[in-house]
Amino acid sequence: MVDSNLVLNGQTFAYTIYAIVIILLMAWFGYKITKTGKTGVLQTRLFTVLVIFLTLLGVSLHIVTNLTIPWVSIDLNRSEITPDRVFNISVADHQFRLPEEKMTAKVGEIVLFDVTSSDLTYGFGVFRKDNTMVCQMQVVPWHRNDLMWKFEKPGIYTIRSTEYSGPKGHQMILKDVLEIKE
Amino acid sequence: MSYIDTLLNGEQGAFNPDKLTPMQKLALRFVVVGVLYYGLSAIEGMIMRMYEISPIPGFDAEHFFAIMTAHPLVGIFGSSYSIVFGAFLFLVPFLMKKPLWSIKLGNWSFVLIAVGTLIFWLSGFISHYAPLYTLYWPLPADFTQFSPVGGAIFILGIAIVMVGTIFFVINIFKTIAYTPEGFEKVSGRAMLASATGFSWKESIFRKKSKRRENLVSLPVAAVARGTVDTLLNAVIIAFTGVLILVYMVAAILGYDLKETAIDALLYKNWFWWGLDLIADGLVLIFVAGTGYLLAMLITGKDLYMARIARLALWVELVVSWTVWSHHLLADQAQPGILKIVSGEFVTAFELITQGLAFFITLITLWSARPLKMTNALKFLLGGLLGFGLAVPAGIIQADIGLNRILHNTQWIIGPHVHVAILIGLVMTLYAAIYFLLPILTNGAKLYSQKLANFHFWAHLIGGIGMGAFMGMAGLKGMLRRTVYYEGEYNLYMILAAICGALLLLAFFAFLYNIIMTFGVKGLIGIFTPPKTKTTDLLPKDA
Repeated sequence: MVDSNLVLNGQTFAYTIYAIVIILLMAWFGYKITKTGKTGVLQTRLFTVLVIFLTLLGVSLHIVTNLTIPWVSIDLNRSEITPDRVFNISVADHQFRLPEEKMTAKVGEIVLFDVTSSDLTYGFGVFRKDNTMVCQMQVVPWHRNDLMWKFEKPGIYTIRSTEYSGPKGHQMILKDVLEIKE
Repeated sequence: MSYIDTLLNGEQGAFNPDKLTPMQKLALRFVVVGVLYYGLSAIEGMIMRMYEISPIPGFDAEHFFAIMTAHPLVGIFGSSYSIVFGAFLFLVPFLMKKPLWSIKLGNWSFVLIAVGTLIFWLSGFISHYAPLYTLYWPLPADFTQFSPVGGAIFILGIAIVMVGTIFFVINIFKTIAYTPEGFEKVSGRAMLASATGFSWKESIFRKKSKRRENLVSLPVAAVARGTVDTLLNAVIIAFTGVLILVYMVAAILGYDLKETAIDALLYKNWFWWGLDLIADGLVLIFVAGTGYLLAMLITGKDLYMARIARLALWVELVVSWTVWSHHLLADQAQPGILKIVSGEFVTAFELITQGLAFFITLITLWSARPLKMTNALKFLLGGLLGFGLAVPAGIIQADIGLNRILHNTQWIIGPHVHVAILIGLVMTLYAAIYFLLPILTNGAKLYSQKLANFHFWAHLIGGIGMGAFMGMAGLKGMLRRTVYYEGEYNLYMILAAICGALLLLAFFAFLYNIIMTFGVKGLIGIFTPPKTKTTDLLPKDA
């Protein structure tokens, strides 16, 4: 499974290119609209092509990502996958309670984080040393919140709540509590 | 004229509030209060930008989150609703060439929205009630962190805004449907069916020869369709307010309803369904309609592909009822089918509907070139760019794979939410304000074109820049609704704050320009009772 940073870099690259193109397009349009020149409107046929293009773009984006981002199929089929390691975590009173002081797993293992809350809605996110996010999910009280993940790189990771749960919530951080070994 | 004369009486003394009709006063009151609430929201935003760099002495985290709760609500209800409602209460009768159904009800809408906003803002300021803009605590409510009394007053303020909103809805639909005295009788039901799009008369699938003419113009149809979502949203928010109030009253009386809570996931679905009627419903429909109207007024031409545009507005309305699940892609208990169908694929329709609105408006403008680069035109182009940037950013995060690594990061709130609102929505509203200024004021002269130019560029660069730097921080893992105390994201936050400061400067330039255009006496005169009792929109001699 590819590292989530790689997917994020790809997305950043694609969106940045798009943003530059659309800004330049509007700048060009703003300049040309004040000048004399051809004023013909787009032909109906070309307009239809535009509609088809937008439709294909909207739909294909999700098809492409669902087929290429590896954690999507794991996520959608997680009830049928047997994890190599399960971490049962509970949350209450703005505190995470871990199954052990330091959770460990190996690179390439399928890990299941099974998180339950007995009071409020929280978040659960895994973060790298440089604060970038590996993955996250919501933690809704009295529901099963299970996140299945396959770590590709060894390292020590931090867990923090990714959902606002009042002023007490933003300090729900457990540093270096997850270790992924070679 | 001396500086003091201009400050008191406006540029060249051209604005005379005594000559305003009651309808002009109503629209201007909405706009002035909406602009002031925008300023309040912008100042709050700047405080938060500074706090994200380094906590400000005297402000604790509770205060920060209270500001974060009030900030979007003041922006949405106090500012955007006020400006939009004021403009549409004037434009719908203006376009339909008949008086507003009830000016009195319009004034009630204005008062209730202005006062309701002030109440919930004050309640948040004093009691630090901070459940965020979602109003709710994803139930069960937690009163160990908040005062239920402060929360109850907060909800009262929201409820008052919703009553004002429902009055607006009634006024718009009544205005579309009713026949004023002396006018030729038309069927109110047929007018409403045509306006909302629930009429096969306008069906695109009918043969050209069998199609009947639409009873209402495209911009009025856009207002009507957006107003359907406004009504549904008001009902949901009002009901939710009552629900939350039950928890609060119980807490005040000493009962804890925590263990009898409504299912949190069900509640999230319910609330996001309602809240999305704003973000993915009325905002998109109103803005598309305003863009179409401005394009037609600026060019003096019919809209390109008007029939498709009308259909796209209807599709957008239906889509807005079915996209809520993209807010719950990170909720593992949410059924997968809802995530894929509602969260991903129906949401992707917004790329189509908004893409069509974008191109139809541009093509209409292009058909009339060369155009003079007026303030209305340049702000309209800015608004289109805003949605051109923000909608694809939203489609990216409404993806099961990407949401797993983007949800609740600054990416969501930066390139998507703030660019959509500040650039897409607000610049379109500014375009409408600049366009309507001479009509609503009977020819007041803008004080300074240089200030208007500065307003445009500072707002555009500041808004896009702020969104971009927030987005970059998000891609590096910075969460929204969080304070970082160790300067982890200071580079991005300092750059975002510089852009935020530019936005604030843009606002002050605009405000100063408006004060000098109207004059202090003129601004006060907008809020005094009208001298004439006519239901006409404009003075007879205008």
